[in-house]
Amino acid sequence: MISHRPPRYIGRQLNPSPSLEPQAPPGRLIKAPENFISGEDVAAVRREARVGRRDFIRSAFAAAVAGAAVPVVPVQAQAQAHSQAGDPNILQLPEHTRGLGQGVATDGYGRPSQYEANLQRRPSPGLTQTTQSSVSFAPLQSLFGIVTPSGLHFERHHQGWWDIDPTKHRLMLGGSDAALMKRPMVFTMDELMRLPSVSRFHFIECGANTGMEWGNVAVPTCQYSHGMLSCSEFTGVPLKLLLDMAGADYARGRFVLAEGADGSGMTRTIPMEMVESGEVLVAYGQNGEMLRPENGYPLRLVVPGVQGVSWVKYLRRIEVGDMPYAAKDEALHYIDLMPSGLHRQYSSVQECKSVVTTPSGGQVLLARGFYSINGLAWSGRGKVRRVEVSVDGGRHWRTARLQSPVLDKCLTRFSLDWVWDGKAALIQSRASDDTGYVQPTYRQLRAVRGTRSIYHNNAVQTWLVQESGEVGNVHLG
Amino acid sequence: MCIWAERWRRVPVALALGLAVLVTHAQTTARSASNGTYPGIGRAALPAEIAAWDTDVRPDFKGLPAGSGTVAQGMVVWESKCESCHGIFGESNSVFTPLVGGTTAADVNSGRVARLTDAGYPGRTTLMKLATLSTLWDYIHRAMPWNAPRSLSVNDTYAVTAYMLNLGRIVPDEFTLSDRNMAATQALIPNRHGMSTDHGLWPGRSLGNKGRPDVQGSACMADCGAESRVVSSLPTHARDAHGNLAQQQRLVGPQRGADTSRAPPALPNGGPAQAATAVPAPTAATMAASAAPAGSSADALALARKHNCLTCHGVANRIVGPSLVEIGRKYSGQADAATYLAQRIVAGGSGVWGSIPMPAQTLPAADAQALAQWLAQGAGK
Repeated sequence: MISHRPPRYIGRQLNPSPSLEPQAPPGRLIKAPENFISGEDVAAVRREARVGRRDFIRSAFAAAVAGAAVPVVPVQAQAQAHSQAGDPNILQLPEHTRGLGQGVATDGYGRPSQYEANLQRRPSPGLTQTTQSSVSFAPLQSLFGIVTPSGLHFERHHQGWWDIDPTKHRLMLGGSDAALMKRPMVFTMDELMRLPSVSRFHFIECGANTGMEWGNVAVPTCQYSHGMLSCSEFTGVPLKLLLDMAGADYARGRFVLAEGADGSGMTRTIPMEMVESGEVLVAYGQNGEMLRPENGYPLRLVVPGVQGVSWVKYLRRIEVGDMPYAAKDEALHYIDLMPSGLHRQYSSVQECKSVVTTPSGGQVLLARGFYSINGLAWSGRGKVRRVEVSVDGGRHWRTARLQSPVLDKCLTRFSLDWVWDGKAALIQSRASDDTGYVQPTYRQLRAVRGTRSIYHNNAVQTWLVQESGEVGNVHLG
Repeated sequence: MCIWAERWRRVPVALALGLAVLVTHAQTTARSASNGTYPGIGRAALPAEIAAWDTDVRPDFKGLPAGSGTVAQGMVVWESKCESCHGIFGESNSVFTPLVGGTTAADVNSGRVARLTDAGYPGRTTLMKLATLSTLWDYIHRAMPWNAPRSLSVNDTYAVTAYMLNLGRIVPDEFTLSDRNMAATQALIPNRHGMSTDHGLWPGRSLGNKGRPDVQGSACMADCGAESRVVSSLPTHARDAHGNLAQQQRLVGPQRGADTSRAPPALPNGGPAQAATAVPAPTAATMAASAAPAGSSADALALARKHNCLTCHGVANRIVGPSLVEIGRKYSGQADAATYLAQRIVAGGSGVWGSIPMPAQTLPAADAQALAQWLAQGAGK
């Protein structure tokens, strides 16, 4: 089951008989780009060296490019499979090998390949009635490593998103009474960005991620079951630094209210301990650029390990208080209903969790043979210590490789070699963190929390690989 | 090549100059280190600025402004600003989850909503979950109505809050809610004893059990007594409920997306090893549309989505208001249909399609015109 030998079924031997020299295709052969400017042209460039040289080069080059645009090989459908004669993808040199490609800055902000258009963040049909109070899920099944491309970062808006003019955005600090903040302050973005900054990788997960699956299987793919999860490098200023400047009373002010500038005026209570540790950031950067508007441009709170709703977007106000605030999204939503009928309030930590992203629901394995089972693990309490993978529904487990870096409150990529023999398999992953906590199964989780919580479902996920190669989302019992 | 060479010859000189500047700068920095202070950054917040933004109301009612509102006044505000989304009695489930329902007089007495223990009860309304009256007041004042937040006055907010409590039979018809009786009214909230912080999910020591987990997984590695019977999976009829999954997966790599526009594949004889020869090249069928379909209808639909029309009007189905196609049909013979509809979009109104009013909409006049034109032409039908 586990491969310790060179992987089988992958690749094929080179076919030595036909010449690897390409057949001369019909039509004119295009020479390599450095020969596009003829000797005469070069001489002319030198003659014109002192006057209008750059313009001349530009026009000479444009002429060469126009020549290259003449199609060389008639476009024809090419068989995917290789024949006895060899793979036409090898034998017939493609256009991109024989032509001139596009120039620099064709697109001032580059985009993914046209062949990657299937990777989109997507809403789950029927989940919400409006698009402004809704969620779109990141395509985890197609991502590598630990960083989520900013344009695929999951979205959760409560009253629609905005693209806010950063020159007009302000951050205000205050206290719920005058004694809790000596000097209530206002900062511009210019001022915040002058302060010493830090950059850190952290995951952000919605508290309701996997919430549709508490009772039964509800969605087909990893995107919808686990895609309210993303991970970025965030850049900003520790909130502690700002509270120090404003003279916060740390002895009495054990709670911090963060508030957004959008219509929902999102408010959430954060414990002062997390601010004091220096890990809570007032962030403007995400993966080397400014935050995306959908993710809170120009300013958001980063609260590592805590559910996404606390990472208040469009952050405009911080208030230090001596009691929690029971804001709407910590008193009516983001509360966990227990079987007793009591709701757990102020449940904020995202506990240790993992999911296999390939193979995962909605995918089809192409053939038997070697696969790398790949997935993500994370913990809101610290570092991922270990991930185990089972392909028999949890009866036997093997320890997966953890890919570096393994960071605090950050996604960790894991993998395990696997040779698929064409039989049905039940693939699971189980993570544990450096507090010793082990990710539970659905049975273990439901025994305590029932099935109606909506929030904080961190159960072990099971994917059923069928004999057809198609993978489905299942719950075991 | 000679141009480039000339340009690069100058670089070492520039670098050397830059280095000299850096050295000087480093010496200066050592003298002017800020020692943890950041002069010139930030300023004092003015009292008027604090008042403009600091609107939060805590469970102990700190922050609650003086004012009052009656149930009767609340009904008037409700009918013009709340009812279109939340329904006449706060019971509507068509736009948001219901606000009212599921609470009883016994709950008002006990402070615990009994139906929360009943897994068979279909929904959880706001009044079933609410434990702190401050939350309701703060949020209505902060964020309602949904498309015009911060437009309710303090007294309107008291009135709407009173009206909601009255819909839930928590306060009588003649009730007046004010800053003076909020605390007394808190004592009537049906689920006021329904919250617990006895858990390990608060990331601090000020609440809860200081991080002790309530559930722990097993570290068993071999011969574990695992559940291996599939007890839940997606029913076949829901196979394409999330669209064609073939268009939601990368076109290259170890896997493809399952084509859910077709029935699941029958098991081939000899297994799927042959499948490798049938890997499809990217086609229109397996690639997601990278842009919305062109054309004025798509543009108008995008406008309708942008301005939140589709929350209450389906294109072909009624939600709160009539469908867009219905509207188009009604005015199709009318010469001034587009002008009339543009006015109605901006001004709102009621009576044409029923008693639930359409609130006035704020959108650019050009957008209202474009939408009205599209509606008058049948909304794409």
